[in-house]
Amino acid sequence: MKLIKTLMAAATALAVTAFVAPSFAADDPGPAAYAQSLKGKRVMLVPLAMGFDLAQGWAHYLKTEVEAWGGVFETRDPNWVVDAGAQAITDAISSDTRPDVLIIHAPDLNSYSKLMKKAQAAGTYVLLVDNPANFPADAFVGSDWDRLGQLEAEAAIKGCGENSSKKIGLVQGDQANSSSLYQYAGIMKVLDKHPDFKVVAKPDSNWDATTSRNVTTTMLQQNPDICSIIDFWDGDATGASAAIRDAKLEGKVFLVTTGGGEKTADCDKLQDGTYGAVVMTELARQSGDMNAIIKFLLQSGQPAGTSHTYIYTLEKATTKADLKPDSCWDLKALQAEAAAK
Amino acid sequence: MNTIGWPNFRSLNQEGIVFAIAVVLFVAAAIGLPGFIDPNNLVAIVRSVSVLGILALGMAVVIIGRGIDLSAVAIMAMSVAWYLQLLNSGTPDGLAFAYVLAGVLAIGLLNGFLVAYADVPAIFVTLATGSFVFGYVRSQLITQDAVPVPQGHWVELLGGLRFLDIPIEVFVFAGLAFLLFLFLRYTKWGRYIYFAGDNPVAARNIGIPVRPMLVLRYVLSAFVALIAGLLTAASLHSINTRVVNSTLLYDIVLVAVIGGIGLSGGRGGVRNVLVGAALIGILLNAMTIIDIPLLYQNLIKAAILLGAIIVDGIINPRDEQTAQQGDI
Repeated sequence: MKLIKTLMAAATALAVTAFVAPSFAADDPGPAAYAQSLKGKRVMLVPLAMGFDLAQGWAHYLKTEVEAWGGVFETRDPNWVVDAGAQAITDAISSDTRPDVLIIHAPDLNSYSKLMKKAQAAGTYVLLVDNPANFPADAFVGSDWDRLGQLEAEAAIKGCGENSSKKIGLVQGDQANSSSLYQYAGIMKVLDKHPDFKVVAKPDSNWDATTSRNVTTTMLQQNPDICSIIDFWDGDATGASAAIRDAKLEGKVFLVTTGGGEKTADCDKLQDGTYGAVVMTELARQSGDMNAIIKFLLQSGQPAGTSHTYIYTLEKATTKADLKPDSCWDLKALQAEAAAK
Repeated sequence: MNTIGWPNFRSLNQEGIVFAIAVVLFVAAAIGLPGFIDPNNLVAIVRSVSVLGILALGMAVVIIGRGIDLSAVAIMAMSVAWYLQLLNSGTPDGLAFAYVLAGVLAIGLLNGFLVAYADVPAIFVTLATGSFVFGYVRSQLITQDAVPVPQGHWVELLGGLRFLDIPIEVFVFAGLAFLLFLFLRYTKWGRYIYFAGDNPVAARNIGIPVRPMLVLRYVLSAFVALIAGLLTAASLHSINTRVVNSTLLYDIVLVAVIGGIGLSGGRGGVRNVLVGAALIGILLNAMTIIDIPLLYQNLIKAAILLGAIIVDGIINPRDEQTAQQGDI
């Protein structure tokens, strides 16, 4: 009898336990630990400027996520001025509200190296985005520019075709920015494997659309049979496309460029034939990578400057043929969404 | 004292030197570079310096009157960016254009008023208004650096306009240059600008309305900047306000000064701008054809400017008058 009683009691206890089992979920230690290590943490983005699609897109996705876990998200706008960016970083490091994570869009390989070291010494994790620099940041998130250049060159070769003049023109950015230098290296790697394709000219645009137009005009004047032009950024490729339009070579010159995958900047122009191919950065995914590494670093407990991770965004060349409704993100829609809040 | 016979090398001024350099470069490029002499390339050269030249015309008027307008590029980019932003957000064209005209007029008046009546040096006034225009428009009125021209808008059609296969900005440049030439040479107010630039106090003493004319020059320069901005947007189908951070402003001053318009005021004219623009245009085009990297292009450009200034200094030593009143 006693045994049966005990068994029944045990069964009841089990039943009760089973009944209240859902309360186990509330005891999942994950969310509490997550909230504890993230809450109130400050994340700051210092891009080259806040006025262009990439920076505005990053800021949107980062802000949404950071604020969702109870952090503080800030941006600084150096407006393409390297000194102003350095000032912003210096101020951020020495202020009372020193950011826990600093996301830096480096203007060149070296300018901010010392400041980033200082930030890490103060205990701030440093993330480099988009442009690599000569500095072991806690993480680099962005394009592998060499690979990106290779994709551009492959798209250009495909755009030219076998029976073309096989003459390719480049409109480089400048000779200081890593994105320009590595992009060039990548393009040349592919072209070395296709010795029948020749680069006939490789002027710099200095990232300026008017300069891009002028040098492309000259390039087309000298080589009217160019079959493809690779312009190193969609921000100034509007100039190269104007030159092609003016030379009445639309449809004959396959214009390849790269950009942040914004709708009006990239997809609309693929659609209307201005660009033949664009190697687009999937911005939402890239921002997602940044969000993940931020959350990891803040919970890791490891001191700033101890990890050196490279997280390259998957890139691909998109042409009109493989345009999908979700190929691009829409800055206007994001701004409308932000305004509605 | 010019006599018939050997050219008087003493009378060779900076304009002459720069013109000579431009001719030498032109001939060398025509012989050495395939395709340089092609009519289409020559048109491309003129076109590439048209907007720069138009801005330099506006700058020239201000400099001749012994001033300088460092807000020109900001006005050019920001006025048009605001205009396009208004159009993109659905403002009727006429109203949007009226707003922008009023804004440009206001900045020109402000520049002129502060220089003429508040006696603040032009270099500081226009530096400040330029930053103000950029900052205000960029932060308050537009959402992005680059603003596209709405599809099918007249600005877009303007960019495609050609006469005899020559782009419209070449004609606008030529037309403005001619109008300015007439103004400076044949109108009373045009001649007064030289008097005021050469010696403002004396000009005022003989009854020339020095101050209202000063205001007029800055307004003129602001409107010229607006025209340059519209032409830029017409060609690129968008305007990028990043141009405010570029070296364009220095290039404008370079074109005016290298052509021989003295920064001390009272000297020079439209011809100097044309010579300066021609040199820069030929130089840039030739260097692009040779495929010289941008870094070296800037170096060569700077070296030629420095050379022209040094030669000018040797041939035309500074006289008592410039020594006394000084340059800008």
